[in-house]
Amino acid sequence: MEDLSFHHPVRERAGGIRQSAIVGVVASGNLEVLVERVLPDAECAVEIKTAAMGFGEVWSAVIGDFVERYSPGGLKFSINDGGARPDTVSLRLAQAVRLIAGSDR
Amino acid sequence: MTSWRNNRAARDARIAAGAGLAHGKVVEAPDATRLLEAVIRPGDRVCLEGDNQKQADLLSRALLAVDLSKVNDLHMVQSGVVLPEHLDLFDRGVAKRLDYAYSGPQSARIARMLFGGKIELGAVHTYLELFARYFIDLTPHVALIAAVSADRDGNLYTGPNTEDTPTVVEATAFKDGVVIAQVNDIVETVPRVDIPADRVHFVVKSDKPFFVEPLFTRDPAAITEGQILTAMLAIKGIYAPYGVQRINHGIGFSTAAIELLLPTFGERLGLKGRIATHFALNPHPALIPAIESGWVRQIHSFGSEVGMDEYIRARSDVYFTGPDGSLRSNRAFCQTAGLYACDMFIGSTLQIDLQGNSSTVTTSRIAGFGGAPNMGADARGRRHPSEPWLKAGAEADPDSPAPLRRGRKLVVQIGETFGDKNVPLFVEKLDAIELAEKLNLELAPVMIYGDDVTHIVTEEGVANLLLCRTAQEREQAIRGIAGYTDVGRGRDRSMVALLRERGVIRRPEDIGINPLDADRNMLAARSIKDLVRWSGGLYAPPSKFRNW
Repeated sequence: MEDLSFHHPVRERAGGIRQSAIVGVVASGNLEVLVERVLPDAECAVEIKTAAMGFGEVWSAVIGDFVERYSPGGLKFSINDGGARPDTVSLRLAQAVRLIAGSDR
Repeated sequence: MTSWRNNRAARDARIAAGAGLAHGKVVEAPDATRLLEAVIRPGDRVCLEGDNQKQADLLSRALLAVDLSKVNDLHMVQSGVVLPEHLDLFDRGVAKRLDYAYSGPQSARIARMLFGGKIELGAVHTYLELFARYFIDLTPHVALIAAVSADRDGNLYTGPNTEDTPTVVEATAFKDGVVIAQVNDIVETVPRVDIPADRVHFVVKSDKPFFVEPLFTRDPAAITEGQILTAMLAIKGIYAPYGVQRINHGIGFSTAAIELLLPTFGERLGLKGRIATHFALNPHPALIPAIESGWVRQIHSFGSEVGMDEYIRARSDVYFTGPDGSLRSNRAFCQTAGLYACDMFIGSTLQIDLQGNSSTVTTSRIAGFGGAPNMGADARGRRHPSEPWLKAGAEADPDSPAPLRRGRKLVVQIGETFGDKNVPLFVEKLDAIELAEKLNLELAPVMIYGDDVTHIVTEEGVANLLLCRTAQEREQAIRGIAGYTDVGRGRDRSMVALLRERGVIRRPEDIGINPLDADRNMLAARSIKDLVRWSGGLYAPPSKFRNW
């Protein structure tokens, strides 16, 4: 197990009013993302517990691109990772933003 | 005086030596080894029919049991090295030299035996290439083949898995070789004649049906969102703009996803009848929903697929079938069709390098080539025009006058940037090169050469290599869709941005696709059971795919 933590300043607040949402499952090659609206509007935090060791650089790149693209201000993401591929991580994070923005069903 | 009929005399002598064990042409199974000892000579070139699917398993075991003082040092020339017995022959010394095309399930052991010097390797071929050599310099002295049934005269019915048999028999029987067939049954009249009796010298009745594996069945339940996304990108970003109708699909999950998206996503894009109408393809079940929805007009097949027999019989407008109603497959003809008459090959691979060369070889596994290099190669002898072929040719070479410009086959590699166990698809150097160095091979086993590849699709987008003008552009186009792999993170961001402006790289949003829409609910079938339902109960999946 490895714990990783990222904090980013963010351009703008994430849309919607939901306070929390959860997507994905903890399984081999998959991950669970809990997103909570608990931070100031210009901040974003990502806390990761991962089963795969030694992928800090890749996580950093994935999270950096995600923050740049979706501007998830005010959101804290807690990730339980079962060794998912980077593209799956990107997809789950985007799904989490969509879900907490409330545009999904 | 010079004789010009020595080979015929030798063949007659072999047949005479075996005739003592036969009633007419029929030999009992317990006598199979004695038959082979009588007919085969040391050093012979022998084709032990190992196809992609069908295996002459009884004759394999019989050959393995020969007396080494009578039969040894054989040169095996067979497309598939699939059964353990195929390699046991080399361990025992029955065989010494090997020329082959595909070794899927034996890929790890064949690598060990090559390293250990147990096998003297001729070459690893593509199917068409090995078949071609059957007629030039690798003609078998003896062919050991498999069929469903025979009549007393030796007429053979090969059933849906005809595969390589006609090619093997043609090369052997018409060049003074001996053909021995194992059959499941001896019948009064065969359902249809796939191989005429005068090309068959001995028939051995097997106590159980020959081995066939359901190699091409992909369970829709295992298709991931990433594969669905790449499939959507391929359909909207390649199939649609080029108007590709004549296609060969690989056998991975990405292409299964494409097949299952045609009746849903493809239908919504209004593409029915405009794309994916004609296929060189095995009759695998993932295509059933597209067939039932009226997308597919015609399919010619290399082999068959377990469980599809009744469905194929009931859909003879789509498949090639014999007078008996069952599928007639033929690997050599279908490979030729894939090479010359299809405008696109799309398939997956294990490794792609910075020039676009791809390989399924790793340092511990030599899986061989099978047919992909024939499908995934531009046919330089092609002369008939078609819309996708001309459009691809114009993109590659915009300056030549149109009447003198070659078209190009679309050769598409599709995959996720990370494969199983997070192994990256993109690499700086192929494992195949390291293997070639270790084994002293003159050629690295490259599945598809980079200069034949026209597009690469990943979840990050589509790279159109036809539009690249320099090696550097090509490298950055590949890095630009390589995601978070080392190769992808090593990209030159400004150059990738320029390539995107020129349309060399197209992101999902450039194609009008939201990755969040990639959902399993879009698949026309989400389980094997769904496929059975689509087929009206005609598809009968083998037990390993039944979970209900």
